[in-house]
Amino acid sequence: MPYTEHTLRLLAPDGTLVVNDRTEAYHSAIGHLTEADFREFYRVMSVVRRFDVEAGNLQRQGHMALWVPSIGQEAAQVGSAFASRPQDHIFPAYREHSVGYIRGLDLVDIIRMLRGLTHGGWDPKKTNNFHLYTLVIGSHTLHATGYAMGISFDGACSTGDLEKDEAVIVYFGDGATSQGDTNEALIFAQSFQTPQLFFLQNNHWAISVPVRVQSRTPLFERAAGFGIPSVQIDGNDVLMSYAATRIMMDQARSGQGPQFIEAMTYRIGAHTTSDDPTKYRDEDELAFWQAHDPIDRFRAYLQGLGVEQAFFDSVATEADDYAADVRKRTLTLENPPTTDIFAHVFTEDHPVVTEQAAWLENYLSSFEQGPS
Amino acid sequence: MTDIPMAKAINEGLKAAMIADSKVLVMGEDIGQLGGVFRVTEGLQQQFGPSRVIDTPLAESGIVGSAIGLAMRGYRPVCEIQFDGFVYPAFDQIVSQLAKITMRHESTQAFPVVIRIPYGGHIGAVEHHQESPEAYFAHTAGLRVISPSNPHDAYWLIQEAITSEDPVIYLEPKSRYWHKGPIDDEKPGASLHEARVVREGGDVTLIGHGAMVSVALQAAEIAHSEGVSIEVIDLRSLSPIDYGTILDSVRKTGRAVVAQEAPGNVSVGSEIAATLTEKSFYVMEAPVLRVSGFDTPFPPAKLEGIYLPDTDRILDAVDRSLAY
Repeated sequence: MPYTEHTLRLLAPDGTLVVNDRTEAYHSAIGHLTEADFREFYRVMSVVRRFDVEAGNLQRQGHMALWVPSIGQEAAQVGSAFASRPQDHIFPAYREHSVGYIRGLDLVDIIRMLRGLTHGGWDPKKTNNFHLYTLVIGSHTLHATGYAMGISFDGACSTGDLEKDEAVIVYFGDGATSQGDTNEALIFAQSFQTPQLFFLQNNHWAISVPVRVQSRTPLFERAAGFGIPSVQIDGNDVLMSYAATRIMMDQARSGQGPQFIEAMTYRIGAHTTSDDPTKYRDEDELAFWQAHDPIDRFRAYLQGLGVEQAFFDSVATEADDYAADVRKRTLTLENPPTTDIFAHVFTEDHPVVTEQAAWLENYLSSFEQGPS
Repeated sequence: MTDIPMAKAINEGLKAAMIADSKVLVMGEDIGQLGGVFRVTEGLQQQFGPSRVIDTPLAESGIVGSAIGLAMRGYRPVCEIQFDGFVYPAFDQIVSQLAKITMRHESTQAFPVVIRIPYGGHIGAVEHHQESPEAYFAHTAGLRVISPSNPHDAYWLIQEAITSEDPVIYLEPKSRYWHKGPIDDEKPGASLHEARVVREGGDVTLIGHGAMVSVALQAAEIAHSEGVSIEVIDLRSLSPIDYGTILDSVRKTGRAVVAQEAPGNVSVGSEIAATLTEKSFYVMEAPVLRVSGFDTPFPPAKLEGIYLPDTDRILDAVDRSLAY
């Protein structure tokens, strides 16, 4: 089920803007965007896709144990991330590279984690509230909900000031909708009427298990069972992703409680580089989604607006330069010191950690002294 | 100095912590309006309101997972798990998230979450309501695990757990909830991870925690009447374990018996036995003996009196230790 009768979009697959009664409000929500904003959407989608290809290459060349590609999902991520406001908190799963980029994350920090240098990689306070990746599927949805409960307890939402009221976006996938934690997060969110948007990227595959095995009903319809308003959008339409996120985040921050978006998109690549999608996916499905590529669609839209070829060329050059810089910096990453085994287990002193750290230091230094 | 039951002592400790820091929240199932199934949180919602004493939906993973998010926001959540056997739905959030999330954040953020778990047997309850799950948590790096045995320690340890910047599993021996004891609300007496010698003796060191401490003290009293001098140690902290206090004692006695309600296999008692073997081999006159629950699921309540270590089983182990 690629798209359904419920799927909302502003850009038709050929890149033309189509507005009807169902989408008029969404069209209004992008009314303040300028052509410069659109160019920026395109630029980020293109740069991060090029980065993604480079990171995959680095993995294949042995510089990372694993890479998690996001190719094909750029529009869902870029539209929603640009629609968030500076004061918002973003809880990603582990494939939201575009979102991190927009919030100011150095994407090499993701590589540091997947290269085995750290379990985290960045400080969310320094990435405009873009929180860490969480690798257990769905666990982070509860962290996001707890955080949103805290916003509510602090009185930091629902004041009527959209520039200050805070809200949370949590990203998750179709596989995560089967997890207990995701369902508990939806329950807690509606119980405490949290200022929060559940942003589901339905990329149709949970590794090798298709979404039809996860659910017999369109996933956005599940939200109604939790008492949470929801829409299904074309996740490969960056403008719709922006519009729906903008509207629903502002509803969430204004005291209307949690919201839910199902963005229909597709994982063009593998789940991770450890996977082989040719073993379980058919070529027709892949071809359908390649024909609905989000960047191609938006390029067609921009061309329709009269954006000149020189712009697309300069973005391509910038993307290549960015990828080259990422490669260069990846190859110079240094391994962490052995003290990192112990450094961050606890915040306060812990006698066992202290004793074992001292033992290891002593043990390792015994080799420097040579055989006795 | 007043005599109050342990449940009330924890209640008073929570109250003191909530007064001291407005970021302290208490959350769990039935803890607000009802005051908890053991009434440990009685009166707190009336005093502090429903945003600080939170009746949650019935979902343990949700409780701990949302507490982690609240900690990210700067709160200090104290979660109540209703019974020992109900903690497992939250196991991923405790073991894979809470215990590891400080390391994931490379110390840029602290996660001061306390998880209170009533545990242990001797209350005649049904399946899942009498278990001792401490080994799972003591095994997990990133968690601190403590268990008071008396109202005074319960009052102070809950406050120290809440002020700790690290996640703390706070195990409440529910069979001791209604036993009264004195609390000194001026002086804690010992810090979070200190074990305490609760009875001095010279022949055998007897180590226990939670509800087992009172059984150990009774055993020591009986032994005394038979001419055997037992030193009793209340562990108080199960992770880390205060080996300094234990080693001081066994250097004196040369013998140690560890008593616990939990099954013996891969348990806190096993860890103490292994560590004493490593650190005090030459002073030991006998192997460290464990007295524990059997390596079975907790039995139906009418059998718990046989399953749980009592003074006779402890004294049997003491006799075996002395016979070496």
